[in-house]
Amino acid sequence: MDDGLKSELTKQGIYVVKLEQLYNWGRSNSVWPLGFGLACCAIEMIAASMARYDLSRFGAEVFRPSPRQADLMIVAGTVTKKMAPQVVRLYNQMPEPKYVIAMGACAISGGPFKQGYNVLKGIDRYIPVDVHIPGCPPRPEALIHAFMTLQRKIDAQKVFGPDRAHHFDASKPSEFPIPLFGEHDLVPAKNPNVWEPAVVVR
Amino acid sequence: MPADKHPYLFLLVFFVMAVGFAVGPLILAWLWAKLVSPAKPGEIKNSTYECGLESKGDAWVAFKSEYYLYGIIFLIFDVETIFLLPFCVAFTGLSVGAILAMLVFVLLLVEGLAWAWVKGVLTWK
Repeated sequence: MDDGLKSELTKQGIYVVKLEQLYNWGRSNSVWPLGFGLACCAIEMIAASMARYDLSRFGAEVFRPSPRQADLMIVAGTVTKKMAPQVVRLYNQMPEPKYVIAMGACAISGGPFKQGYNVLKGIDRYIPVDVHIPGCPPRPEALIHAFMTLQRKIDAQKVFGPDRAHHFDASKPSEFPIPLFGEHDLVPAKNPNVWEPAVVVR
Repeated sequence: MPADKHPYLFLLVFFVMAVGFAVGPLILAWLWAKLVSPAKPGEIKNSTYECGLESKGDAWVAFKSEYYLYGIIFLIFDVETIFLLPFCVAFTGLSVGAILAMLVFVLLLVEGLAWAWVKGVLTWK
């Protein structure tokens, strides 16, 4: 169906969409986050879910206490190396399709603790992160913006065909290796399938 | 088939509709999952405990059976209150014989409690 006819029908109140678009529209408007806070960013996440910022406008107020019922993991706060295996394990236990928002400077890069010995320098070293939010901590508006970005990402995902999202591809993994406590650091220090260090061009 | 000849026909229709209303979406969801969303089970995903930590040890923990006496004593005194309540309500109008019978009943219970106390049942160890 060409765009002109579609636009003409829309004016008459008839909406023509693909099954894929309908499906994505439904699931992008009912993303259930995992009730899971790690540090001070979690306070902002809680504020975003409460009446003043009202995340329920986006169908996402249902914070689930179990990873089995959640679609979205908001990594809100500092991920210490002690906590990183548990975070990856929780992500592995979430059913597909699942998304990750890394919230705050610590979750995306280690933040003010980047030079420290005990803080993971970004959760994207172990699990695929869909949206990164900078800020220390990001305001609830920033989380809402990240949420809308994620909704646009879900809306644009392919469900069928060879270039479909990895959630719908049986050959793509659903679980990611959980790092172990080594002598000095987590082993392995990163998942090379998910993250490679940026090459600095000098 | 006229409905007034078969008054239970409506019940059958309602039953079919009720079952269809509940089962239909489930079947649709199952078909959609078959079509689009491949199941990706895994060892971690299928594990029982779901709070990020690995479970340790056995859930079948032995519980000391000697506490059954404690439980029985609790039960006896719990039931005793049911007998004490009418006794209290009718206290002023009771005959001497009834008062004595009730006192014997309470004394027997107190004696049982004293026996259990001396035996060490009330001590949790």
